[in-house]
Amino acid sequence: MNSLGEAFIAAWQLLAGFDAELAQVVGLSLQVSITAVLIATLIGLPLGATIAVERFRGRQMLIVLLNALMGLPPVVVGLLVYLLLSRAGPLGSLGILFTPQAMIIAQTVLIAPIIAALSRQTIEDAWREYEEQLRSLGARRLTAGMTLIWDTRFSLLTIVLAGFGRAVAEVGAVMIVGGNIDGVTRVMTTTIALETSKGDLPLALGLGIVLISLVVVLNALVAVIREAALRRYG
Amino acid sequence: MAIVRGVVLALTLLGVLQGPAAWAQQKSIVVASTTSTENSGLFKHILPIFKTKTGIDVRVVAQGTGQALDTGKRGDADVVFVHDKVKELALVKEGAFVNRNDVMYNDFVVVGPKSDPAKIVGSKDVTAALKAISAAKAPFASRGDKSGTHAAELRLWQAAGVDVASGKGGWYRETGSGMGATLNTASGMNAYALTDRGTWLSFKNRGDLTIVVEGDKRLFNQYGVMLVNPARHSHVKKELGQSFIDWLVSADGQKSIANYKIGGEQLFFPNAGR
Repeated sequence: MNSLGEAFIAAWQLLAGFDAELAQVVGLSLQVSITAVLIATLIGLPLGATIAVERFRGRQMLIVLLNALMGLPPVVVGLLVYLLLSRAGPLGSLGILFTPQAMIIAQTVLIAPIIAALSRQTIEDAWREYEEQLRSLGARRLTAGMTLIWDTRFSLLTIVLAGFGRAVAEVGAVMIVGGNIDGVTRVMTTTIALETSKGDLPLALGLGIVLISLVVVLNALVAVIREAALRRYG
Repeated sequence: MAIVRGVVLALTLLGVLQGPAAWAQQKSIVVASTTSTENSGLFKHILPIFKTKTGIDVRVVAQGTGQALDTGKRGDADVVFVHDKVKELALVKEGAFVNRNDVMYNDFVVVGPKSDPAKIVGSKDVTAALKAISAAKAPFASRGDKSGTHAAELRLWQAAGVDVASGKGGWYRETGSGMGATLNTASGMNAYALTDRGTWLSFKNRGDLTIVVEGDKRLFNQYGVMLVNPARHSHVKKELGQSFIDWLVSADGQKSIANYKIGGEQLFFPNAGR
């Protein structure tokens, strides 16, 4: 039995006969992960930029911590967010466990450190290069930070994409806080885990191929936008 | 600002900006249940019928029985639907749950490789078969996850007088995962395993595995449903949850369960109130 061949056939059938159920699962995957990446960027980017241009006590330790947090295991993040959001936990009254919001929170926690740590490095490198120039223009640190974010925006875009890739591909956190509820919190990766546990390996791998294709298409879209922007702004 | 415009457009298309309100649904309950009921496809069969009747959306979180009971105890579900009667009754007594009802049963089977190193194929005596497996030191894949199936398996080993702790790391292998994942493992290493019949019938990656022991009375597997105690968790949707329980044990619910078949074979046998 050629499982790989079957998987590609399954993937093709899934894509060709784009059914409503799959569309919903794919839609939710994108919705959750894109929202998470946006929130994580809003947190991570200013944080990374601040650490890059400011000098303060404990800065080095913060950088080490941030870099280490890039390796947060999704299942641990899932468990933490689960315990926070559980009815028996401190944020239980919100009642958002087993909802997409809980999944967004978990993924945000997971990728905000990645975006913060990587953008800190990128912006700091640029800061080293342009510090004197910016200072001679009389730029304050805040202005300098914003200028550097704008200057390195294309590198930062790649960082955001890396965060998105991590979010959309992880299963450990969303499985725990989302509960893989059919039609409510079932996303691509939890569907793949479910089909694997049903022993339908070709379908599971087929879904995996669909997921990878989607990520490729999304990255291609971003690349096109980036090219267009590059031509316009240089 | 092409980038910003592009992002905003994409988000609008995705409906992200609609906010959380779009996700909130009016009539829904959360049911913590087991992987066996979900993986076997039973819920996909009966929940649409229930929804048509009542308009209530049932959101199933499929976990092992141990985890599902914990989810209920913490108040993160309204109803639990599991299969470990001993533990269920203990938790009702403790006050974590109320209104427990028997719903249906199916049975466990022992599956194993066709080569059958323990020579137990066709046996109807499950404890003798387990003894033979341990004597032959034939690989056995256990759930090892405190699920209902795992609890049943441990009771059977005890009845067989076999101490599985001595086989750990050797022939007795705990996967620490769900039924399907454990069957995948068993199929990969040609091990014996205890599984509920429902999951087995809907399981596709059987490889060389086949049913070797079935039909022993001790392999009976009772499913029960109960409500999370609303006195402990005030947010529990007790009316909606109770109507789900009532429907499961009603003539209509019982018939819907009996009607679920895979390849002409009935998976669950309703026995509410009997």
